[in-house]
Amino acid sequence: MDKWAFGITMTIVGVGGTFLTLWILSLVIGLLKRLFPLSSEGGGAEKKS
Amino acid sequence: MFESIVAGLSGLSTGVVYLFTQGLPNVVMLLAGGTLLYLGVKKNVEPLLLVPIGFGCVLVNIPLSELMDKGGMLRILYEGGIANELFPLLIFVGIGAMTDFAPLLENPKILLFGAAGQCGIFLTLLLALALGFPELEAVAIAIIGACDGPTAIYVTSQYAPQLLGPVTVAAYSYMALVPIIQPPIMKAMTTQKERVVRMAIVKKSVSPTTKLLFPIVVTLIGGLIAPKGLPLLGTIMLGNFMRECGAVARLTKASENEIANIVTLFLGLAIGGTMEGHAFLKPTTLAIFGMGFVAICLDTVVGVAFGKLMCLLSGGKVNPLIGAAGISAFPMAARVVQAQGLRYDKRNHLLMHAAGANAGGQIGSVVAAAVMLSVLKGMGMI
Repeated sequence: MDKWAFGITMTIVGVGGTFLTLWILSLVIGLLKRLFPLSSEGGGAEKKS
Repeated sequence: MFESIVAGLSGLSTGVVYLFTQGLPNVVMLLAGGTLLYLGVKKNVEPLLLVPIGFGCVLVNIPLSELMDKGGMLRILYEGGIANELFPLLIFVGIGAMTDFAPLLENPKILLFGAAGQCGIFLTLLLALALGFPELEAVAIAIIGACDGPTAIYVTSQYAPQLLGPVTVAAYSYMALVPIIQPPIMKAMTTQKERVVRMAIVKKSVSPTTKLLFPIVVTLIGGLIAPKGLPLLGTIMLGNFMRECGAVARLTKASENEIANIVTLFLGLAIGGTMEGHAFLKPTTLAIFGMGFVAICLDTVVGVAFGKLMCLLSGGKVNPLIGAAGISAFPMAARVVQAQGLRYDKRNHLLMHAAGANAGGQIGSVVAAAVMLSVLKGMGMI
């Protein structure tokens, strides 16, 4: 594989992979917030470390 | 007797003789080490890193000190914590323990700003390749754009250890220069109308369970997509899990204080040890510093451009300035956005939104590096 093929592949797959991973994470966080809403846990009384 | 005295005295003078005969690169690097110490001590530029790096640089450039030779103190630190990537990973545990991801969890979509803020990495990769750097060296240089010292050290120490000194110093220097580099780009890329967009107040909506599950979910999903970067993701999320679970307060405190402090000292000294004059003073070093600067600028350009896109798609509810916070320099980039927001509208407080984007940038930089390593592995390059 020549340098440019490497660079362009890395850029497309890298940018795409980063966006895809973070988009999936944002969806899962949204899902977690729906599954475990703040109101069901006593208004946010949090444990402090 | 006389001869032995002369021989003994010559042992005391070899260092000075070396310095004046073939030690010009060492003299230059002694001055560079002094500059790093000055910046760290007097100008408060990343002192926790620049002071040990600067001192390590001074130590290794004293002629014939042999500190980076086999068995030397700096070599032992290097082999013990950088060559095997241990130190950056331990630092990551501390960073995870120190970071509150709540602003990000309040508005998960803002995580995408953390992806946009990493585009400079990949664009700089193309630039480094165009300048003739081999593939793996180009990857190491590009990772400066992650704006994340430990990530840069982790990647460079594995795939281009000969560039570790300049890449690390460039990464930490530009992180410290974010308040100078970003504002002109933010201003140039936005209109007055966009800069004064007020965003909705962030309401507290994240439960402790969500905060507790977040690091586990990131580890699982990130690890499954980009397993080569799991050490990076896993350690930062371990630190965050310890923080959120509240069951191991002693470990959390040790991670964010004692362990992070000790490792930072050793890491800095060992990095300084890679800055020996004859190896460091090359045209490539200058090129690396130049490309590091370009990487941070491109991160900001793409981040703000993504902010403008989000502003458009949301019907003007997103202030594009927060795109500049999608880099990993935490919390500095968020503070820059807050300051710029207030500059154009004294009642426009963007800090919480910017902190969310900035926390996204922290995760984004690690994910980008993990994706990069996994793509390299998939292409058979590593």
